[in-house]
Amino acid sequence: MTRNGPVALVFHTLVVLFMLAPLAIVCLVAFTPENTLSLPTRGFSLRWFEAVFHHPDFVQSFWNSLWLALLSATLAVALAVPASLAITRWEFPGRNFLNALFLSPLIIPHLVLGVAMLRLFALVGATGSFGWLVAAHMVIVTPYVMRLLIAAIAGFDRSVEQAAYSMGASEATVFRRITLPMILPGVTGGWLIAFINSFDELTMSIFITSPSTVTLPVRMYMYATESIDPMMAAVSALIIGITVVAVLLLDRVYGLDRILVGQR
Amino acid sequence: MSFLELRDITKTYGTLNAVSDVTLSVEKGEFVSLLGPSGCGKTTTLQMIAGFVDVTSGSIHLDGRDITRAKANTRGLGIVFQTYALFPHMTVFDNVSFGLEMQRVPKSERRARVEEALELVHLAPYAGRYPRELSGGQRQRVALARAIVIRPPVLLLDEPLSNLDAKLREAMQFELRDIQRKVGTTTVMVTHDQAEAFSISDRVVVMEAGRITQIDQPYRIYEHPQTEFISRFVGKTNLLPGTVKAVSGAYASVSLAGVPVEIDSQSGADMGGKGGALASGETVTLCIRPEKLRLTGAGQGRLPGRVSERYFLGSQWLYHVDGPLGTLMAVTPNDGSAPLDLDAPVGVDWSPSVVRVHRGAMAEAPDPALEAH
Amino acid sequence: MAAVTSSPSSSAAPGNGRWTPLFLAGPAALLFAALVLTPLVLTALLSFNEFEHATGRTHGFTVGHYLAVLTDEYYLEIFLRTFRVAALATAICVVIGVPEAYILSRMRNPWRSVFLLVVLAPLLVSVVVRAFGWSMLLGPEGPINAGLVALGFGRARMLYSEGTVIVALVHVMLPFMVIPVWTSLQKLDPSIEQAALSFGASRGTAIVRVVAPQILPGILSGSLIVFGLSASAFAIPGLLGGRRLKMVATIVYDQYLSDLNWPMGAAVAVLLLVANLIIMLTYHRVVEGHYRRRLG
Repeated sequence: MTRNGPVALVFHTLVVLFMLAPLAIVCLVAFTPENTLSLPTRGFSLRWFEAVFHHPDFVQSFWNSLWLALLSATLAVALAVPASLAITRWEFPGRNFLNALFLSPLIIPHLVLGVAMLRLFALVGATGSFGWLVAAHMVIVTPYVMRLLIAAIAGFDRSVEQAAYSMGASEATVFRRITLPMILPGVTGGWLIAFINSFDELTMSIFITSPSTVTLPVRMYMYATESIDPMMAAVSALIIGITVVAVLLLDRVYGLDRILVGQR
Repeated sequence: MSFLELRDITKTYGTLNAVSDVTLSVEKGEFVSLLGPSGCGKTTTLQMIAGFVDVTSGSIHLDGRDITRAKANTRGLGIVFQTYALFPHMTVFDNVSFGLEMQRVPKSERRARVEEALELVHLAPYAGRYPRELSGGQRQRVALARAIVIRPPVLLLDEPLSNLDAKLREAMQFELRDIQRKVGTTTVMVTHDQAEAFSISDRVVVMEAGRITQIDQPYRIYEHPQTEFISRFVGKTNLLPGTVKAVSGAYASVSLAGVPVEIDSQSGADMGGKGGALASGETVTLCIRPEKLRLTGAGQGRLPGRVSERYFLGSQWLYHVDGPLGTLMAVTPNDGSAPLDLDAPVGVDWSPSVVRVHRGAMAEAPDPALEAH
Repeated sequence: MAAVTSSPSSSAAPGNGRWTPLFLAGPAALLFAALVLTPLVLTALLSFNEFEHATGRTHGFTVGHYLAVLTDEYYLEIFLRTFRVAALATAICVVIGVPEAYILSRMRNPWRSVFLLVVLAPLLVSVVVRAFGWSMLLGPEGPINAGLVALGFGRARMLYSEGTVIVALVHVMLPFMVIPVWTSLQKLDPSIEQAALSFGASRGTAIVRVVAPQILPGILSGSLIVFGLSASAFAIPGLLGGRRLKMVATIVYDQYLSDLNWPMGAAVAVLLLVANLIIMLTYHRVVEGHYRRRLG
């Protein structure tokens, strides 16, 4: 492998700075003792983090987002595991259609999904329902789970399952003792990526949340369009912190490059 | 009735016959190999015995019981897969123990039997390891231990050695046979490697395009291949097209590209099972193994020739000799004496009894250089 | 190993029931039918309803909303701006993302993994946070303006301009460009480039003649994703474009949540969706087919 030249390395450094700059400034400003958005030039302070925890709207929407992400990721995995097994292992009429349908939220703009669900919710009287919000989030995170699971199942040596059958295991036992443990990295990786995507989702949620179900990103969007003070930076820094933890976990259980880049 | 019987089994995928009318009887304790090139249906046959592939027609009987429609997990067969198919998330011990667990063998007995099986394959110290921490040969032996620990009536081996390197493969061949003898399990192995099939099998079943073309002891298959395909697939051979010129008593004279060659006129009888002595004017293909040809001094022997290529195979020398019949392959043992030089004039000789005769013309004229891979 | 596609019932081979796949995929299929297909159809229908400003009722049938969107200068300008912003963001992503992916692919581990993480991980940080970060960086009191002042240039008004929206979009979209290019670079055999160099090709020639054609499908697929996501981006123009700099996503939001003219908003959303689908499907048909054949 040949080395990168100096020009390439300078370019690379600039790209990395560009990618990190907005995140870095958010984290720095979060520690400002001032009342305005400014860099903490006169020492660090945690007052804005405190403010966040005493701001009932932010606290409530954080819990909303957390429950929403936990539920939608878990339920999406529960639906996606059997569905991806069906798609990878059986030839049945409508298989290609279902596959396309399950992946379609990746190419339908979230904005469009948002207004479409708003219309449906208005018609069935589901506006403001947390349950329907969970279902909506399941729709947008399922494709991420499916992609990982399909890759995991397709790369699976079927003879391992055949070996277990031949030793007298029932189909249920084979699934529980062999198949599931073997696709577990795909399942947990899929769950985590689903969790992150649900937790971060703004564009669709902004249409279908009600005051009582507002999620953290929606709350932040509203807040940022109305007032500007360092509390927004503190919330953002907290989110970055949570994301970093999730990313490290994800990297641990599945390998981040495998999730983001896809595997061959 | 034999221990394991396949009766006229056929497998059809759409309009394609993957396996046609395969009938095979395997005796208790016997080691039988299904040998053939890829796509000949040998793996499909094995999978039908295992129960992973449904039989389209025909029946399979094990120890007098019809298992044709029995589910794979009720047949109780031991299977070693080409990829070994070890459970990657279980230790060696748990891999081997899994089948016993499924048979609800009590825990204490389970432990003893797993240890015994691991002992048999010399892996006792590795019981706590995971498959990814083992070498290819060790994984192969775990797969074998896992298959025999359940004391299956029949052991099925699907290309068990093909993922090992040459040296290890040879060692494992002998070990496999040794273990099979000790355990005494009836064994059916699928392989495309004739050396593997010959060295460890009691009988070899040659398959070609979904059909069985010969079932015999390894030595018989090598010496008396029933079709031209087998003689080419099994080992190297010189195939020579010719016409029967005259038949007199026990001997017939065959003209090969104008060169008269004497052969045993009864040879045709055991070739291809078509029976009867050769008749004058008949088209035949003669088949002589390279190691049956003797290279003599120039001017001696049946044919003159000239060494055109020379390959050193370690224990042997392989020569290509150009002569009136085209290029012949000849193998001589490396007995320590100096090999023949390129372009050296030689004589080619053989005894009439080593010539095998196939009736009919050759399927295609093979280039001997290409055959000698 | 044959038994991937299974034969129908009554079989000895495991897991072969005819209804099993439908049973397995059924719950997910129901969810998607209820929450993807139904709402989309409802929205398409809604976009043909008339809207009474006085009462807010929707009824009847009209193509008026589509006509308005396709003829009204206000909407045309917004569509044009959205298109322009998305195209520029895409172009910049190509210019930055492709060389960056190439540089990353030539790094050694552990640097390679570390920087891949640095470049891709912002993808997982909420877009609101990133937009907020840019509004601080480029704001009147931000470090960039501070730098300009210190250098004696005076403050620049950067917020609420197309430029800002594009910069932030590039930040958000860059990973989507790096990922497919990186993927096609991974598939590239490094010895091919070395072979070109060994034939006496210069570095530049090797890249242009040998590397570039092989990663072109990756660049194209990245461009389409970036363009599609940029054209429908909501948070970035919403937070950095201000009230005057509207884009398609923000007017849909306004129509739905401020003007309450849902049919009009639905018409714009349907147009956005159709445009997106046309781009994606064309890509699959034409480009992928072409390259599959050429590159196997």
